[in-house]
Amino acid sequence: MTVPPEFGIRESDLTEMVVPSNLRSAKEPERRIVRAMVRNGYDPETTFGLKLALEEAMTNAVKHGNCNDPSKSVVVRYYVDPRRVVVMVRDEGCGFCPENVPDPTAEENLERPNGRGIMLMHSYTTRVCYNRTGNEVWMLKEKSPPPQPTR
Amino acid sequence: MRPPEWSCTMEQPSSHLKIRRSDDFSLVEFADRKILEELSIQEIEEELTRLVEGQMGLKLVLNFKNVDHLSSAALSMLLKLNRRLEEQNGQLKLSDINRQIFEVFKITRLNRIFQIHDTVEDAIAGFGRV
Repeated sequence: MTVPPEFGIRESDLTEMVVPSNLRSAKEPERRIVRAMVRNGYDPETTFGLKLALEEAMTNAVKHGNCNDPSKSVVVRYYVDPRRVVVMVRDEGCGFCPENVPDPTAEENLERPNGRGIMLMHSYTTRVCYNRTGNEVWMLKEKSPPPQPTR
Repeated sequence: MRPPEWSCTMEQPSSHLKIRRSDDFSLVEFADRKILEELSIQEIEEELTRLVEGQMGLKLVLNFKNVDHLSSAALSMLLKLNRRLEEQNGQLKLSDINRQIFEVFKITRLNRIFQIHDTVEDAIAGFGRV
């Protein structure tokens, strides 16, 4: 899958990293992206949100996509500028259908221990897209506009 | 509100948790700022399970004052702990959750499941009201 057109960047803008499929290695892309966000002037709140969404995407890739198989890899592509952050995470799994994940905020699911990762990814980013297979997720986080001065 | 009086205070050295016990309740502080990684969450879960195991009616406060990041895996661990305590007629209360973390509880609507208090003192006082 190529960059969703509404994300407003070109393929050539992206930096790619391939990391071993384990949760420790999965931290490295997060560190680099957060560093780039700090350099580009993102506030701690926005950084917190992106970090949370990315953490969930990486955990899903390692645990569910690659089934904790250490011989597999996770591909991360990212782009950061002062207006937006784009992150793609792809695993080697056979994918899933995001529409089939039950809503964890529905009354009957509230006490179920699992199923909140995808919901948090949606909540903390501007846009989330999956490829047709469901093993590649694209997330866009736009910088919130500064509050308008009150007169 | 006066600070809690510990009839028996015990510090337990552990990699992830600081545990203090009184006759009436237990207070747990997270040593880690981030409750994110699967591995550390598993270890935290094991430590908490050991703490509550067989403790019928245990009143437990989890103090989040050191925590500035968490993940859905941590929420899952808290839900399992809450369920376990309920099965043992115990109670779980959370305290000192910062604004960003509280937002995670609100977004997931788990603020409806957990009893969340501003401070440890409020949480302890809350035990008396139930």
